[in-house]
Amino acid sequence: MKLAACINHVPDTAAKINVAADRMSIDKTGVTNVINPYDEFAVEECLRLKEKNGGDVTVISLGGDAHKESLRKALAMGVDKAVLLKDDGVRDSYGVARGLADYLKEISPDIVFFGKQSVDYDDGAVGVMVAEMLGLPSVSVVVKLEVAGGKAVAEREIEGGREVVETTLPAVFTAQKGLNEPRYPSLKGIMGAKSKPIEERPLTALTAKAALVQMQKPPAKPAGRVIGTDATAVPELVRLLHEEAKVI
Amino acid sequence: MKILVFAEQRENKFKKPAFEAVRAARNVADQLGGEVIGLVIGGAVQSIAATLGGYGATRVCVAEDPRLAMYSPTAYAKIIAAVAQAQQADVVMLPATSMGKDLAPRVAVKLDAGLAADCIALKVEGGEIVATRPVYAGKALTDVKMTSALKMFTLRPNVFSAGESADASAPVEAASLALADQDFTCVVKEIKQSSGKLDVAEADIIVTGGRGMKGPEHFGIIEQLAQALGGAVGASRAVVDAGWRPHEEQVGQTGKTVSPSLYIAVAVSGAIQHLAGMSSSKYIVAINKDKDAPIFQAATYGIVGDAFEIIPALTAEVKKLLGKS
Ligand SMILES: Cc1cc2nc3c(=O)[nH]c(=O)nc-3n(C[C@H](O)[C@H](O)[C@H](O)COP(=O)(O)OP(=O)(O)OC[C@H]3O[C@@H](n4cnc5c(N)ncnc54)[C@H](O)[C@@H]3O)c2cc1C
Ligand SMILES: Nc1ncnc2c1ncn2[C@@H]1O[C@H](COP(=O)(O)O)[C@@H](O)[C@H]1O
Repeated sequence: MKLAACINHVPDTAAKINVAADRMSIDKTGVTNVINPYDEFAVEECLRLKEKNGGDVTVISLGGDAHKESLRKALAMGVDKAVLLKDDGVRDSYGVARGLADYLKEISPDIVFFGKQSVDYDDGAVGVMVAEMLGLPSVSVVVKLEVAGGKAVAEREIEGGREVVETTLPAVFTAQKGLNEPRYPSLKGIMGAKSKPIEERPLTALTAKAALVQMQKPPAKPAGRVIGTDATAVPELVRLLHEEAKVI
Repeated sequence: MKILVFAEQRENKFKKPAFEAVRAARNVADQLGGEVIGLVIGGAVQSIAATLGGYGATRVCVAEDPRLAMYSPTAYAKIIAAVAQAQQADVVMLPATSMGKDLAPRVAVKLDAGLAADCIALKVEGGEIVATRPVYAGKALTDVKMTSALKMFTLRPNVFSAGESADASAPVEAASLALADQDFTCVVKEIKQSSGKLDVAEADIIVTGGRGMKGPEHFGIIEQLAQALGGAVGASRAVVDAGWRPHEEQVGQTGKTVSPSLYIAVAVSGAIQHLAGMSSSKYIVAINKDKDAPIFQAATYGIVGDAFEIIPALTAEVKKLLGKS
């Protein structure tokens, strides 16, 4: 079974985000980047599918040299091959999806895994866009997956429950937390990953369909009001919620 | 100018975010001059379609077929794109629900359209739609414009007001369908409800318990408060990872993004990843025994104290109020 996972390299979720002076990007000082959390579930699921069904796993990232760090993490987890589609330009989901789809068309995997969304731009779009570009079915926000006999049954999270979706393969899936518990790379894996090659491919300029007008910090909220320090404050809290906020 | 709005229904009932999207589209159409075309897809949905007129739809297209009773991303996306083309839509809007978020990227590729996902505001500037959308889990906001001919937007639920339904019904027309069997290679077979519970993503009031609740056995008092308020129970990641509560209740960066009218955080410290999922709530109440917990920074009102003492008292007080009024 040919498996592929697309991974993004994004600011750590604990990072403080400040807007740069140009108001068009974030201030990168002091921000460390890591593999996108959802993409770890994607890589893990591919590794588990390989362990069960045989085959090989390719991870792909589109971006600058810094993305190699996340590709190495995936190699350390145990994937067979890592590919960097080199592009330093400004990103837009459509352009990123096009770049990834062009490469995936060449290797035509049975299953392509994405994360449910990148925690930088929070688009949640690239995986399904790639599916459409490849003419493949897709199931997004997957928390459970079973593959057998050229078919897959996936469970996806929806409001108030789960949808059980049946699809033919090849297909695209996007991973949600809950799908699996990503493994920690072993010391041997980490050492081995240092010497494994990362294939680099240049990309021709990607066309974007969205343009940023400006970026800003969300308006600061007025400081909260501490009403009291024990249960005697409860009637006042309920009064405020009822009369001032009018939410109950 | 024509705006097509996908109005999501389940079991022949429109979802509230569908009304919100129709109304938001109406507001934009009023500024730019134009019409709002609703689109309803399902097994037998003709009877509900006209009500979209009450929220500002000029007319409504209906795509009905028994095979569409269950959601299929491939078939639904094909219909939305085909109707957008047939109606010569300039803009397509969808609610950013689990269904809308699944459909929008596929439709965008079919229509060669730029997509702004999970928007929290739409304004019109110089004859163009400028969308505001949060990035970095709400730690920054961006204003974006679509540069493609056809433009797409998904709208975050609970942010745009649906307003009151006016006493108006919109004319309904059938969309021409050309569905083939291969459009249904990917289809929902079954929906597993989580025991009829209200979902955090849809609730207008949420009571979230954190690790300070000390164990799953203490969530009874959280559930009772949520019930008294008619709200849903939420959980921090610490609580979900410990196995005290199911993952679908997790609020935050790797859980659900919520914006209810009232969010009550009980024994939750307010880690940056938790705040990412709930800081756009309209009113936030924090109950925590540590006065320096970061959650107080995000809160409108706070009580510094022991949850085990305050929550039962709060439930009793809420019952008293709601019983009376
Ligand atoms: C990649 C990544 C993604 C993450 N995503 C999420 C996410 O989606 N959602 C999320 O919630 N977290 C997320 N986290 C985890 C986050 O960093 C915190 O660890 C987590 O939110 C802490 O949960 P908590 O507030 O319940 O627990 P704690 O931080 O342990 O806080 C417990 C609080 O309870 C208070 N307390 C204790 N006893 C009482 C009492 N009797 N009465 C009142 N108060 C009391 C304490 O003062 C304390 O403030 C993520 C982390 C990472 C690295
Ligand atoms: N630059 C990238 N390189 C590789 N994969 C990406 C890239 N950007 C996004 N993805 C994948 O697409 C998913 C959804 O991203 P997004 O649409 O940006 O929220 C991510 O979880 C990744 O799996």
